Amino acid sequence: MSQQHDVYYVPSKSQWPIVAAVVMFLTVFGAAHWLNAEPGDTGFGKTVIAIGAVGVLGMFFGWFRSVIKESLAGNYNHQVDTSFRMGMMWFIFSEVMFFGAFFGALFYIRNFSVPWLGGEGHGVLTHQYLYEAYSGSWGVAGGNGPLHVGGAFSVVQPWGLPLLNTLILLTSSVTVTIAHHALRAGHRGRILLFLGLTVLLGATFLYCQAHEYMEAYKELNLTLHSGVYGSTFFMLTGFHGLHVTLGTIMLAVIWCRVLKGHFNKEHHFGFEAVAWYWHFVDVVWLGLFLFVYIL
Amino acid sequence: MAHEATHDHHDHHHAPQGFFQRWVMSTNHKDIGTLYLVFSLTMFFIGGSFAMVIRAELFKPGLDLVQPYFFNEMTTMHALVMIFGAIMPAFVGLGNWMIPLMIGAPDMALPRMNNLSFWILPFAFALMLSTLFLPGGGPAGGWTMYPPLSLQSSSLAYVVFAIHLMGISSIMGAINIIATILNMRAPGMDLLKMPVFVWSWLITAFLLIAVMPVLAGAVTMLLTDKYFGTSFFNPGGGGDPVLYQHVFWFFGHPEVYIMILPAFGIISEIVPTFARKPIFGYRAMVYAIACIAFLSFIVWAHHMFAVGLPLGADIFFMYATMLIAVPTGVKVFNWVATMWGGSMTFETPMLFAVAFIILFTIGGFSGLMLALVPADFQYHDTYFVVAHFHYVLVTGAAFAIMGGTYYWLPKWTGHMYNEFWGKVHFWCSVVFVNVLFFPQHFLGLAGMPRRIPDYNVAFANFNMISSIGGFLFGASQLIFLGVVVHCAFFARKKAADRVWEGAKGLEWTVPSPAPHHTFEVPPVVRDEELAHGHVDD
Repeated sequence: MSQQHDVYYVPSKSQWPIVAAVVMFLTVFGAAHWLNAEPGDTGFGKTVIAIGAVGVLGMFFGWFRSVIKESLAGNYNHQVDTSFRMGMMWFIFSEVMFFGAFFGALFYIRNFSVPWLGGEGHGVLTHQYLYEAYSGSWGVAGGNGPLHVGGAFSVVQPWGLPLLNTLILLTSSVTVTIAHHALRAGHRGRILLFLGLTVLLGATFLYCQAHEYMEAYKELNLTLHSGVYGSTFFMLTGFHGLHVTLGTIMLAVIWCRVLKGHFNKEHHFGFEAVAWYWHFVDVVWLGLFLFVYIL
Repeated sequence: MAHEATHDHHDHHHAPQGFFQRWVMSTNHKDIGTLYLVFSLTMFFIGGSFAMVIRAELFKPGLDLVQPYFFNEMTTMHALVMIFGAIMPAFVGLGNWMIPLMIGAPDMALPRMNNLSFWILPFAFALMLSTLFLPGGGPAGGWTMYPPLSLQSSSLAYVVFAIHLMGISSIMGAINIIATILNMRAPGMDLLKMPVFVWSWLITAFLLIAVMPVLAGAVTMLLTDKYFGTSFFNPGGGGDPVLYQHVFWFFGHPEVYIMILPAFGIISEIVPTFARKPIFGYRAMVYAIACIAFLSFIVWAHHMFAVGLPLGADIFFMYATMLIAVPTGVKVFNWVATMWGGSMTFETPMLFAVAFIILFTIGGFSGLMLALVPADFQYHDTYFVVAHFHYVLVTGAAFAIMGGTYYWLPKWTGHMYNEFWGKVHFWCSVVFVNVLFFPQHFLGLAGMPRRIPDYNVAFANFNMISSIGGFLFGASQLIFLGVVVHCAFFARKKAADRVWEGAKGLEWTVPSPAPHHTFEVPPVVRDEELAHGHVDD
């Protein structure tokens, strides 16, 4: 960090990229094998997924460990810091576009495909010949399509658990911001308290989400198979849940790093990157709450 | 790790010794660029051999050589390998090699991630190509993987995961390029003094980050529809197969420009060098690229005119598509104006650049014809489309890559390639590529459908001509391989630092071959060293 600015920094060689490529390959190869497994399969795919997944965790641990070491050794100058920031910002942008694909699918299904199947617009003939009884409405009445794929279902009411989850995530965004201010002011106790609270809120959110899924499957008969309603509901909330899981793990790691004293007032990009990510996850949830649960 | 990191800036001006250390654990943009280029060339020949199978089957009517399913595997794999394995990695390789040299940076901004971006690719393609040997066969529903056809293939999961890996690789590569260009420029290298190639890559990288995740989303929905019982593309459950096409082409159209914008950049480097004039209308060139990139997001449904879109959508996408001709026309005009009155010489890179300008423009015009909704109803899914996109991808993207390779090869290897054999390669390529693809326009206009292994005898003559052109074009590429291998390992003639008399820019101020580490301290850039130092328009 004390690097002079007139010298460029290029990191040393590292084994982690090739390790990462191998373990990622193992994970998806195992997954593809598992998805195509015939009855009576030996479980080869699952074994390979497990090896790959453990490898991915180990790779992240090892790679970040070496980066943290180099950071603490003061190797990274201002320019490296800016590169890291840009990397994280554009990564989050790519995540936005990933969710955009699923939100786009939701809008298309609600505004076009379902009404068209119900006979609107240029769907008149399809409706008349194939699905005359179909109303083309969303939700309980027609959300699983003209063939009622998955059978009758009920929807999750927005003003119960989802509202609570909204409040939890919004609160967690506030607590992580308080922790950030505490970090800049140098109050370690307050950082640990509020960052810890954020981790707990994230975990609570996940607990509520899991509870909601169980209820949906057991009591509402709302499953991944419930036509496009179930498809969009579980894909959007599911991918969001995965991101919250990832974010919570990252926050927990940052909490440990704060405990170890890795950050100071000026240099705490690791903290900020995770905070950005957390805000991003929060904003996606607001979109979900509005478009998946309420509307 | 830490002790290695501390002596980083002082060590090696030369490459490290161990083979594994140098090529697999690399953090060096030149080595990683070379890996990308070698990988791309390998994939070019693998994808090319698939094309040879296609042309052999189509040599005369009747099912002579291969089974229809295998033919469909070949068309699918040819496209996937050429797009994701040959063209895109070639551009990333050229960007890796040249961007840091062009902007005075020591390396890419995130060198280890750079290495990961590359090393994901061989694994991804191993995964994808392995499906050809699986019991159920490889994907055979076309590279666009439209449902419901693609959902019938048992190899779908392998291909989807391979595409996820390629997407991760592309996104990381693009993030790296943006961070490099925005953060690592030497003092004095203002944004509007950067070479056009760097500009084209900056905008391409933005497109990659914006659309690769959308492709990931589209293929993930295919995966869950096939294996997890979702109904995204199943009308019985309220979905719509056309939804897939919308999401796919929202990725697919910017992807088309991902494969051509860096080519524009390469041509914009080559033409001024051999015309010995600064590029005409530098700013217009940059703005045109940005404009094309913007328009690429609002034209996707022109790939789907025949699926039954609402009339308003047809009309909007038709006009938006035709708008793209305006900035593209600006670029073609400016390349020609750059040559106008220049003292031109025609070394191999320039020959490829001139051929690019002419033949890419032909591909652009057939694209305009396809943009017209009523005309597209006739041309859709015929060989006219095949001819169109091969003119923009082979004589466009691939010619630019070959031209760029000849242009920078002496800088990479320190030796001049053999100019005579380079020219032989060029003339063989440019003649045979037209024998290969030009008749396909006529076949398409006469109604020959694409992706079908057999055809009406009425199409026999043009197909035979096209196949002969295809075999000879394929064979011509062996000359390219020979010239590159010769230059890299056997050539004697040393290349000067400024390889080409008219070449301007930072990359020509460093020695040939470029040392393992360049610009360990930021160079001070003076305007007169730059190709675009004096921007006065």
